Amino acid sequence: MSAAAAPPAPSQLLSRDVLAVGSIGLRTRKLRAALSAIGVAIGIASMVAVLGLSASSQAALLEQIDALGTNLLTVQAGQSFLGGGDSSLPVSGRDRTAAMTGVQGAASLYTVEGATVRRSSYVSESQTSGITVYGADRSLPGTLSATMASGSFLTEATERYPTVVLGSVAATRLGLSDVSGAPQVWIGDRYYTVVGILAPVTLDSGIDRAALIGPPEATAHWEADGTPAKIYLRTDEDRVGDVRSLVGATANPENPEEVEVSRPSDALEAKAAAEGAFTSLLLGLGAVALLVGGVGIANVMVISVIERRSEIGLRRALGATRRHITSQFLTESLLLSAMGGAAGALLGAAVTVVYSMSQDQQTVVPAEAVVGGIAAALVIGAIAGLYPSMRAARLSPTEALRTV
Amino acid sequence: MTLIKLRGVVKEYPGGVRALNDVDIDVERGELLTIVGPSGSGKTTLLQIMGTLDRASAGEVWIDGFDAAAASDDELSALRARRIGFVFQQFYLLDGLSTVDNVAGGLLYSGLPSAQRRERAREALDRVGLGHRLTHQPNQLSGGEKQRTAIARALVGRPSIVFADEPTGALDTRTGDSIVELLSELNRAGTTIVVITHDAELAASFPRQVAVRDGQIVRDANSVAA
Repeated sequence: MSAAAAPPAPSQLLSRDVLAVGSIGLRTRKLRAALSAIGVAIGIASMVAVLGLSASSQAALLEQIDALGTNLLTVQAGQSFLGGGDSSLPVSGRDRTAAMTGVQGAASLYTVEGATVRRSSYVSESQTSGITVYGADRSLPGTLSATMASGSFLTEATERYPTVVLGSVAATRLGLSDVSGAPQVWIGDRYYTVVGILAPVTLDSGIDRAALIGPPEATAHWEADGTPAKIYLRTDEDRVGDVRSLVGATANPENPEEVEVSRPSDALEAKAAAEGAFTSLLLGLGAVALLVGGVGIANVMVISVIERRSEIGLRRALGATRRHITSQFLTESLLLSAMGGAAGALLGAAVTVVYSMSQDQQTVVPAEAVVGGIAAALVIGAIAGLYPSMRAARLSPTEALRTV
Repeated sequence: MTLIKLRGVVKEYPGGVRALNDVDIDVERGELLTIVGPSGSGKTTLLQIMGTLDRASAGEVWIDGFDAAAASDDELSALRARRIGFVFQQFYLLDGLSTVDNVAGGLLYSGLPSAQRRERAREALDRVGLGHRLTHQPNQLSGGEKQRTAIARALVGRPSIVFADEPTGALDTRTGDSIVELLSELNRAGTTIVVITHDAELAASFPRQVAVRDGQIVRDANSVAA
């Protein structure tokens, strides 16, 4: 026996057997497997839900911004330069700004002094319900992208008579939900017929608490002089900046510094950005939960390797190589985390669907969040399983089979 | 023909403990032999080296014509997967697997597809008299049945040699006797079997006894064949 015989064919574990062998530990210890998978599931669920919820509400906000446009400017009187109380815009300001280059359309609200709105003449005059009366151009709904909840806006005919259009909050405070039956409200010293109720106006929620009457009626009955309280300007998309810088001097050439110009869509975009920042924070918390889940898996795997020492020894005696032992425990760890990841992704998506449905938003579950979540779970599982499985493989057969 | 050949084998553990000291032994194909000795004599170390579970510190180890001392870890695994079967005192059956799947596990690392592994496992269980216990779980079996299952697992790969380490150690005398009877029967059918025991009375029932003490072979005797 001087010449060595050829070595036997190598040990071989079929790839479909790797899965079966890797799941033995989970099948025989179901509760422990479920509990350690839950850790990862919570992490993935929170990340998917955070991404899904923010994507859904971002989508809703962006949709709103798109629908309303970013080319609206609001012009109103600011603080007087000398600090002596509120200033006002000159009467001619509206027509001058409407004529500016780049302005597509304009609408104005006019101050009506001393008017209060009550449900009827029997209600005390001191109960104004916080509703302000303005004169309003007929172009207002078009300029502000406002829609009617009920009835119609002032027309060339109705604006000359005691008729009124109510903002959504004002209508609620006066106990009106629609204009059927031609309801009347008491403004100042006579009844006005409510011809329309506006839906909530996103670009200027101040209008929700207003009662709007026609400018001719305001002038005739309230001696309003046509002083604009607010001017809304729709500009060409590419001239928003130009108009914004010139509008102060155009509206009030004598005191341009007393004119306040704002762009309502900025507020919505700021809101979207603020939600984005909040999302990053929550995402960070989700990542911490995922990490804790990963540590849980690593812990369970280390215990599993210690407990199953004799199984490892048996498998080595049956011909398993170190690589087979590594792959068994790595598979087990990956299966654990994949189960957790899949359950978490489902849970996160379900939370997103339920929440966005309750908020009447469109549901957006970003595919990258789901795929990324499961991928993150697998990476965590691989890292968590690496050390325990290598430790299992390093165990020599005699060490593993030694009875304590 | 010589199946296992050890020459001048020494095993030293870290710390200077010498478990085997200059051991020579030959095992011929078709033999049934026992290695007998008190605990601490080095008989388990000898089995582990003959079974390639451990490596000698010095000396030559030839298994089925293959130089085990020079082999890589993967080559030794291959040798165990295809040429060597083991039976342990504690059975080492896996919970959660049926009898037939436990036995089929003996072929897991051979690369055979699972249907063939099961088919062979059923045959092996028939040979050890457990053909009626295929779907039982380990905890539903008696001690003797567990050891028969473990023997079937050792046989299922049709190995050149089977090592049994104290196979009757966890069983009562009567059950132990039936296991020894089974091993003898399998040997008569052609399997080479090495049984390790501390029980001199049990050792006497085997045709060849190798007595080990303090890491050396003190007696290698052929009694009258059974």
